[in-house]
Amino acid sequence: MNLTGTLFVAALGLCLAAAPAAVLTPRRARPLLAGAATTAAGLAGAAAGVTALSGQGWSARLDGVLPLAGVRLDLDPLGAMFVAVTGAVAVCAAVYGVAYARHGLDGRVAQATPPLFVASMLLVPAAASVSTLLVAWELMALTSLLLVLAEHRRRAAVGEAALWYAVMTHLGFAAILAGLAGFAALAGGETFEQLRAAGLPPGARDAVFLATLAGFASKAGIVPLHVWLARAHPEAPSQVSALMSAAMVNMGVYGILRVGLDLLHGGPAWWWLLVLGAGALSALFGILQAAVASDLKRLLGHSTTENMGLVLIGVGAAGFLASGGDSMLAALALAAALLHVVNHSAFKTLLFLAAGSVLHATGTRDLDALGGLRARMPCTTALFAVGALAASALPPGNGFVSEWLLLQSLIHALPTSGVAGAVTMPLAVGVIALSAGLAIATFVKAFGVGFLARPRTPGAERASESPPAMIGGMALAAASCVILALAPATVLPGLSRLAASLVPGSGHPPGPVPVSGEVTLRLTGYEGTISPLLIAVALAIAVIGLLGAVRLFASRRARRAARLWDCGAGPMSPRMEYTATSFAEPLQRVFDDVLEPESDLDVTPTKESAYLVESVRFRARIPDRIERRLYDPVLAAAGALGRAATGLANGSVHRYLAYGFYALTAVLVALAVIW
Amino acid sequence: MTGLIGAVSQVVLVAVGSPLLAGLMRQVRARLEGRAGAGVAQPWRDLRKLARKEPITPHGTGWVFRLAPLVLAGTVLVVAAVVPLVTTLSPMDGVADLFAVTALLALGSVALALGGLDTGTAFGGMGASREVTVMALVEPTILLSVFALSVRVGSTNLGAIVTSAVHDPLEVISPVSLLAAVALAVVTIAETGRIPVDNPSTHLELTMIHEAMILEYSGPDLALIEWASAMRLSVLLGLLASLFAPWGIATAGAGLAAVVLGMAALVIKVAALGVLLAAGEVFMAKLRLFRIPELLAGSFMLALLAVAASFFLA
Repeated sequence: MNLTGTLFVAALGLCLAAAPAAVLTPRRARPLLAGAATTAAGLAGAAAGVTALSGQGWSARLDGVLPLAGVRLDLDPLGAMFVAVTGAVAVCAAVYGVAYARHGLDGRVAQATPPLFVASMLLVPAAASVSTLLVAWELMALTSLLLVLAEHRRRAAVGEAALWYAVMTHLGFAAILAGLAGFAALAGGETFEQLRAAGLPPGARDAVFLATLAGFASKAGIVPLHVWLARAHPEAPSQVSALMSAAMVNMGVYGILRVGLDLLHGGPAWWWLLVLGAGALSALFGILQAAVASDLKRLLGHSTTENMGLVLIGVGAAGFLASGGDSMLAALALAAALLHVVNHSAFKTLLFLAAGSVLHATGTRDLDALGGLRARMPCTTALFAVGALAASALPPGNGFVSEWLLLQSLIHALPTSGVAGAVTMPLAVGVIALSAGLAIATFVKAFGVGFLARPRTPGAERASESPPAMIGGMALAAASCVILALAPATVLPGLSRLAASLVPGSGHPPGPVPVSGEVTLRLTGYEGTISPLLIAVALAIAVIGLLGAVRLFASRRARRAARLWDCGAGPMSPRMEYTATSFAEPLQRVFDDVLEPESDLDVTPTKESAYLVESVRFRARIPDRIERRLYDPVLAAAGALGRAATGLANGSVHRYLAYGFYALTAVLVALAVIW
Repeated sequence: MTGLIGAVSQVVLVAVGSPLLAGLMRQVRARLEGRAGAGVAQPWRDLRKLARKEPITPHGTGWVFRLAPLVLAGTVLVVAAVVPLVTTLSPMDGVADLFAVTALLALGSVALALGGLDTGTAFGGMGASREVTVMALVEPTILLSVFALSVRVGSTNLGAIVTSAVHDPLEVISPVSLLAAVALAVVTIAETGRIPVDNPSTHLELTMIHEAMILEYSGPDLALIEWASAMRLSVLLGLLASLFAPWGIATAGAGLAAVVLGMAALVIKVAALGVLLAAGEVFMAKLRLFRIPELLAGSFMLALLAVAASFFLA
């Protein structure tokens, strides 16, 4: 077994050992033990991913573990990248979780399940056969479902969220199962090698791709299969939210890449235009919902849908360009998408962990009730600011680098990709631009309203800084954001090589990497350079120079504190501050037709006169329009069917026996006729 | 070497000249409205006076409020060093392209919006909310116009776009270029808070965007913001001039004389654009806040048409 294999097996072993150990140890030692084991497992997993990505692959075959098929594992570069990301996210979440567990999450199930969840997410990208993939996928779904349910005694919403999640994830599983089982049956074998070598008729290829796309896209929270995401991710404990939103959703992207590009070797252009369209819809719809959301964790959940949408725009563009024969540009789009997966995992881990700290300290996730955390939780505020900068895709954040690469791949595609490309690419650029603009508005709101100004409620007033382990977990995620922002060349060569080898038709050995350069990133074959590090340095020099100039030339008198401008009407109360809802109101009004917000106003007049108002009550809600149009009718029909079916079962045993008799007769008659 | 001198001269010219541009525009407005005006150098006198005042920190504000003016001015200075105003040979040219320039300008606006929110007053929140709304809607137009302009040269690098326009002057009057020019002009007006999107001289809270955000700033902080806003206007006007009327810019192989010529050309072009903008503002009223999206949607359509034209007319 080589280094990769040793590290990977160590990671899995640590996870699998941590679960029973957490069950057996006393409550007080449990979080530390489980956290330490998961941290070590995450480190080993990340290291295994990095070594495998740099060329040292590993594969294994364990026939005795699963009945009939056995387990097959193979860490190739594609899987390795997702293993590395999962490992890194697990480290941050586990360090953070040690202290977060004091918040009533040190029960046996809540502590024993996260290591298993991490193990399943390490296994999914390493699986090398259909049965192994499906078992790991189902293990991932079940462990994450248990974790979503961890706080079900505290809030009624948890149960509903978990139900949505359970149903959606199993429908997705059924779609993947159907697609891959059909694929394996047609290919005459279920290992990925056999699937890769199989030549399927075009109709069957389309069916396999569409079925697996539906299943994998629902895991990635892609519109219109996103409804569970913004419910389930926020209701889970925060370090689990981070694992789900930064590592688990990636598995959906992994699945699409594995099946679409690797096993099916690309496909017709319409597959990828479909992926691109779904991605564009998700990016816009997700960020629009995030822009008007006032629940901090829900906002982050919607932002996950947006970012997965951006990734799928890249993946779709890559597949589309590859189907047109432009493998260089396809590799660039794919490298941008992969870099965005890494960047999104880094900043979303940070943001969810910081949101958890806020929830821990104030007892609320409602932005309208927060504020003033800058003075009370300075470290959390600064760390959240790093994440928010990255998420709004502004330099010098890491989100900017991947969006820049994505835009470059799209604009260079225009002259070569025919009329379909000429229509698609500008619209995709418009979608990315609008989602970037709305992301700025969203995160200015989340940071400005949630952390700055003055506290809006006593809960926010009483907030205090989180314990060191939680800050440590966030700081690790923030450090990776900073490294990715200033030196994307630490990960880009590996991702570029992976992208170049993954693009169908790139041949063996694959073509040159699409992006190169250490400080200044250069596109290969196209003109385009950017230097995130030099931008940051220039910005720092400018700001420090200005600070010096202000000290030198401006007044040297000491700063004086003064009253805020209150129009002369006396001290202002926090109730006069702008809230998240009022901040988002102009955007809500602009996108009125898309969002269809609901509001009702109850005015109660006094008894004496209809013109004197005693109380006014205003309620506003922004329901998910897709959910309302698409899911509510289906749910209503299912409910009606269920109620109608109760008429058949009236409790009479005679009747049930009669049903049995008729059913048997019907089967026998049918058999007699057909046979 | 010429490139370095050109880049430094560009930054210095923007830093020194932009308050004068603001003064010129106010003077033009004053004359057209039948007033005497305060003179072209008045913004500099204002800045000097503000800089000498006592710095004030309103109650309840923190490091975000203090840092915002510095970040705003810092981003504009970096942009002034990167974009080809006097020369296309800036050593910073490869560091940032047109996408990065727009993102840097957005970073400045974000810093100011956060500064406004940090005060915790209704004014600050209102200004910040309106600013980011306008910014979110402006973004698609900017990127699509950039896209349209980059198709011809196959790059979003500013130096490459401008050099190609210098070498082929007829490109400037192509449909692509004209449509993109109109779209970018609307965007420039929105980004710099001029009429009809925002009124820089308003003090009525119903209509304020920029002024509401900076209501709590005073003294040297306010001086920094005013100066940065003026620089932002000159850089954006200069960028418009460079993209659509690139004559006089020092390109590859140019000597020091060309840099001096480039500076003179920049001053003339930006002053002409400023006068045009100021004269236009005299005849226009500010739009209602919720009519602004219609204007921006219109500019988005023009940008989309520009991209379509760049493909179908090529």
